[in-house]
Amino acid sequence: MLRLELKDISKDYPAVKANDRVSLRVGAGEIHAVLGENGAGKSTLMKIIYGAVRPDEGEITWDGRAVEIRNPQEARALGIAMVFQHFSLFDTLTAAENVWLGLDRSWTLAEVTRRITEVAHEYGLDVDPLRPVHTLSVGERQRVEIVRALLTKPRLLILDEPTSVLTPQAVQALFVTLRKLADQGCSILYISHKLDEIRALCHKCTVMRAGRVTGEVDPRGESNASLSRLMIGAEPPQLEHRQAAPGEQVLAVHGLTLARTGAFGADLAAVAFEVRRGEILGIAGVSGNGQQELMAALSGEDGRAPAESIRLFGQPIGHHSPRRRRAAGLHFVPEERLGRGAVPSLSLAQNTLLTRTEAVARTGWIRVGQATALARHLIERYNVKAAGPEAPARSLSGGNLQKFIVGREIDAGPKLLIVSQPTWGVDVGAAAQIRGALIALRDAGCAVLVVSEDLDELFEISDRLVVIARGRVSPAVPAAQATREQVGQWMSGLWNGHAAHAGQEATHAAA
Amino acid sequence: MLRLEPRPAPSRAMSLLSPLLALAITVVIGVALFALLGKDPVRGLGVFFIDPFRGAYAVSELCVKATPLMLIGLGLAVCYRANVWNIGAEGQFVLGAIAASWVALHAQPDSGRWIVLPILLAGALGGMAWAAIVAFLRDRANASEILVSLMLVYVSYQLLNYLVYGAWKDPEGYNFPQTITFLDATKIPRLFSGLRVNVGFVVALLSVGAFWMYLFRAFGGFQMQVGGLASAAARYAGFSSRRALWATLLISGGMAGLAGAFEVAGPVGQLTPYVPAGYGFAAIIVAFVGRLHPVGILFSSLLMSLFYIGGELAQSRLGLPKSLTGVFQGLLLFSLLASDTLIHYRVRWRPAHPAHPHAAKGPAA
Repeated sequence: MLRLELKDISKDYPAVKANDRVSLRVGAGEIHAVLGENGAGKSTLMKIIYGAVRPDEGEITWDGRAVEIRNPQEARALGIAMVFQHFSLFDTLTAAENVWLGLDRSWTLAEVTRRITEVAHEYGLDVDPLRPVHTLSVGERQRVEIVRALLTKPRLLILDEPTSVLTPQAVQALFVTLRKLADQGCSILYISHKLDEIRALCHKCTVMRAGRVTGEVDPRGESNASLSRLMIGAEPPQLEHRQAAPGEQVLAVHGLTLARTGAFGADLAAVAFEVRRGEILGIAGVSGNGQQELMAALSGEDGRAPAESIRLFGQPIGHHSPRRRRAAGLHFVPEERLGRGAVPSLSLAQNTLLTRTEAVARTGWIRVGQATALARHLIERYNVKAAGPEAPARSLSGGNLQKFIVGREIDAGPKLLIVSQPTWGVDVGAAAQIRGALIALRDAGCAVLVVSEDLDELFEISDRLVVIARGRVSPAVPAAQATREQVGQWMSGLWNGHAAHAGQEATHAAA
Repeated sequence: MLRLEPRPAPSRAMSLLSPLLALAITVVIGVALFALLGKDPVRGLGVFFIDPFRGAYAVSELCVKATPLMLIGLGLAVCYRANVWNIGAEGQFVLGAIAASWVALHAQPDSGRWIVLPILLAGALGGMAWAAIVAFLRDRANASEILVSLMLVYVSYQLLNYLVYGAWKDPEGYNFPQTITFLDATKIPRLFSGLRVNVGFVVALLSVGAFWMYLFRAFGGFQMQVGGLASAAARYAGFSSRRALWATLLISGGMAGLAGAFEVAGPVGQLTPYVPAGYGFAAIIVAFVGRLHPVGILFSSLLMSLFYIGGELAQSRLGLPKSLTGVFQGLLLFSLLASDTLIHYRVRWRPAHPAHPHAAKGPAA
């Protein structure tokens, strides 16, 4: 008998039909993938199953019985548990206290602590219930979330993009746990857009595109190309990657040590690397390991770094403002597009003025026509889907806004371009276009520094790779010689001389 | 069942219509108010909204009261667009009036008309100095500019009282707390003989144009607004938040101080404890009803001025309390806030009992 069946579920939002007559059938003990691009309607569908959103139409059947799931409490009562992409843990509480908060009142903290240890042991999820959450790595936090879900003895576990924050080794460990759960009869809904993972783990796969189901297949019998066709209606575009011809040194970071600004960031410790003309240096690492702090120090948003620790063409720029660095040829694309890379309520034309001041006359007046012309040029040159130069930035989809921002910085003719998470949340077509543009920029002789959580992306476009872990940066390796295993180990902080910093994560990775 | 539904994008039409809708609601409630007070609503509305336009003198008075509101409102709009919450324009207005009076008191019988310029300049500088205290404390001590600017209003009242009850009191004024009547040379030139409207109104109108240029055509104005809209974007672009803080407070303080100078050297003609008439606070409403847009502020300051004069006329002609002005101002602000909901939401009619059991009841998460 089917554990869960959805029939013709539809959900309308004011601007978009998020789900259009979606049907989904999940058997007992089945690991069922829901595959689709960002915005395909996966998250809405999961929220409907979890009772967080109510569908406009359609039927839900649980164990052969028609049900109406009005809120998450009812979902949990049925045995549905969900691990969200963005964790809902309180940083200042311990793991056990966090789990305790989500349970009903009959438990004592001591019982919860004991049960966590038992469950963690049973499924090979190493969690120390007494550690405060802010001391945990992202992978450890995810394990706390999973343990919290398992304590309710779920019969259906929903995981939303669970591997986006994990090292390759931690992904393997997670798969072991999930397979064990499935063997015991728990059904798993696994939401992802990573084709390899789905083919390795899942028994069945429902593919969604633009709110509709485009296919239900056995992923083990499919290729990446065939799954991709179902997901985006085309094969993923291939990048042509020519050998780099690195030239003179452009950016040199040396002995960059910087205390975090917030309570929960990472301190940068003696960070050192260099970027040369005509090469792309990739910085890999699990988010929260100092990337934010490093980017702010390089862009000039954080001017506390010692002047000598960051050099651009040999000039110490550690104290220079972002505008001064930009004038020297350093351009930066931040990972937050709305609110940092662009002002949401201002038009695209006005948003060009953030980093492009050609339209500002010496007298301080803005030549509006010139700013509008620049925005129109960027829209055409980088295939940005927008109503026009007057469209407010927030009216664009994430991918189109990213194309606009990346285009704005590339078009400025930078000598060094720093890009953080270039394709995060961007659909496959736009991602390929952005990566292509970065490589073209490199071939034109620009130095490019890319920070990404996506290892596939880094292997695809980088010439050399470094890894950032706990605020330290590894030595560089040529991307062609690096292996995923090696980079994965480094992401846990394990590289020669730094084994002492490996800590918890490495033991999990080995487990 | 009526319900609110989020709009996919804020409605541009509603953001223009909302002030008009708010005015309509204010009028409707006003009619009910007149009826409850036992007055003929038609006559009440006539006195409140029509009489202030009857005749050159009435229109001139309308402009006299709109002048300080427009000047202060323009400065505040710049502040609020930069997310700097100066609510102490009243205090900056008082300091402007004091500084202008100081220059005016130095005038000699043989002073030329040029003395008006130093009077206005002193007013602007006085307001700026008072606002600079706010900027300094915010910059150095991270003190809330909301609290500091508001508290400085009450300090300014004390300062004003100290002067008019003490050092600056007119020795021949029968012990009334006021300065001498300023000499004729210090008077702001009037536009028409016999009418009180003066050059200040023209300056206010020119300021509307100047502020439009500053907000929408000057890079400085752009930087400052980016800081208000998205501080992370301003940091990314490298726009200084400190500079925006100082610039906006000095601009709004200077405008409030200028308004104070026009007031003491214009219609009032001397410094008295009654110079602060609440223009600094009313201008906050003016700025918001005007959508923080210079042209909007031109109209909203005239509207608020209408309420002031309508209230006075209602008092003298209908025997209604003058506090009606405050009631109408409050009504307008609240109905505007309510109407603004419709910029981001639309009203939808839904049957109370959904035909389908799965039809959603609550708003989308």
